[in-house]
Amino acid sequence: MNILVCVKRVPATGGRIVLTADGSDIDVRYLGFTVSPHEECAVEEAVRIVEASGGSSTVLTLGPAAAEDQLREAMAIGIDRAILLETDGRDWDPVATAGAIVESIRAEEAAGGAFDLILFGNESADTGGFQVWIRTATALGRPCVTGVKALKVGNGAIVARREAPGGGWESFEIPLPAVVSVKEGINLPRYPSIPGRLRARKKEIARSSPAWQSGGLEKIVLRLPKEEVTAAEIIGRGAEAAPAVVDLLARLGVLDG
Amino acid sequence: MSGPILALVSISGGAPERASLEALTLARRLAADTGSALEALLVADPAAARAAAGAVAGFGVAAALAVENPSLTADHPDGWAEAVVQAISARQAAAVVGPGTERGNDLLARVAARMSLPMAANCLAVEPGERYRITRQRWAGSLLEDCWLDAPVRLITVAPNSIAIGAPDGSPGPPIVAVAVELSDRDLALHVTSREPAERGGISLADAKVVVGGGRGVGSGEGFADLEELAGLLGGAVGGSRVVTSAGWRPHADQIGQTGLRIAPDVYIACGISGAIQHIVGCKAAKHILAINTDPDAPIMGVADYAVIGDLHTVVPAISAEIRQRRLAGG
Repeated sequence: MNILVCVKRVPATGGRIVLTADGSDIDVRYLGFTVSPHEECAVEEAVRIVEASGGSSTVLTLGPAAAEDQLREAMAIGIDRAILLETDGRDWDPVATAGAIVESIRAEEAAGGAFDLILFGNESADTGGFQVWIRTATALGRPCVTGVKALKVGNGAIVARREAPGGGWESFEIPLPAVVSVKEGINLPRYPSIPGRLRARKKEIARSSPAWQSGGLEKIVLRLPKEEVTAAEIIGRGAEAAPAVVDLLARLGVLDG
Repeated sequence: MSGPILALVSISGGAPERASLEALTLARRLAADTGSALEALLVADPAAARAAAGAVAGFGVAAALAVENPSLTADHPDGWAEAVVQAISARQAAAVVGPGTERGNDLLARVAARMSLPMAANCLAVEPGERYRITRQRWAGSLLEDCWLDAPVRLITVAPNSIAIGAPDGSPGPPIVAVAVELSDRDLALHVTSREPAERGGISLADAKVVVGGGRGVGSGEGFADLEELAGLLGGAVGGSRVVTSAGWRPHADQIGQTGLRIAPDVYIACGISGAIQHIVGCKAAKHILAINTDPDAPIMGVADYAVIGDLHTVVPAISAEIRQRRLAGG
């Protein structure tokens, strides 16, 4: 089975986000970079499927030249090769991003490497646009399931399981080729090994530079939300606080079910 | 187009879901600002939609649209997308506002892809104009983005737990308008093929009025017994931070945070949780937060309303014992 995983380079913001003076972007001078936890799981899932049933895996990103780091990281875990759609650092909106990804997939597939399964992480960590994989699937005419937390690969089909809105689980059996977005929890991603990192250095990265496009959604400025820092009222210390806590729960109306 | 503003209202258990009422509230404001009519498209099986139409009364809805197609059920993601596409066309809608839940975002993204239109997800505010100026969440709400949405039909989802739902104003229930949609086999090909019940019974984390959350301070999977006991006494549910689910102390479905669930209970009791931003974005919509922590300077104290300083394994059992004792005394 040939699998493509799409990831996005994002700053590892950790505690507090700091913006540049003009609010045009996050101040990344002191930050490392990563991909979202959902995407780490998508990479791990691709590697596991290929380990179990053969085939090959490719990781793709649209981003600046430095996004090579995230591609190498994925290859250190076991992805076979990478595609970098290099940008000049400008923001690409979801329509334009999906357009460039679709174009790259079509070119890859025309060259003989059809992808049975295309994996994404469920929404990017930074912009949270929640749509690139759906646009990609729609453009390619492939079925697409969102928010998947378990994947079973069968013969020419997969079963994708996700949480149902009211609790419990719902599954979709869909024919391949297909597009799936996965969520953290589908697996526990491994750390790259030292030999894995060494191998990743030698793996191939195919590069191209698609032209920037506007897709109808355009950032004006970023702002930090008004912080509502409250000073918590300390109602007690240790076990002696219990009566005060129960009084509080009664006052808040949650003591009697 | 200068047609109506269409609000997507998901019906579950006969009533509109909370996030859909938030979307309806924002859509109503947008309709007023643009001088447009407000229409609610009920996302539910047709029978349930007709029964629930009254539930959108009092929100200024001029018409409740019920999709009519014999094959369409709630289990057809592409079928619903096509139904919304056809409803947009039938009503000549100027904008569509849906809930920014996982399902709501999924549905509107499918609509956007089919219509080759941009979509703005997880929005908080909309200023209409030739282009719409929109405020939306990035980083699960740790950061806000102001952006332009430039499209003939504006597709917008509303970030859950971010908008105060307007009180119904006593206006009568809207008339139900049937919207006949035609779906191909291709539209109906993707559907839920099997279901499984939740592993555990009891109240779900998403719906619980009281949530007891545990973090690194709980120390182990077994350590959650104290939290389970308190949650049981309060009729609530137990959740955990990302540390807890990554360590395997709790199943991943119990994670509260950016990559897990975002909850909005009446009371959230955060036990041994330091308050990393990834967790805070998942619990800050709680009406009241009580933190139980050994560290009075933990970041969680900055969002908590109340705090008990102490070891959760001492404090939580003492609270449970106090509740039991009062219940016995109260007969």
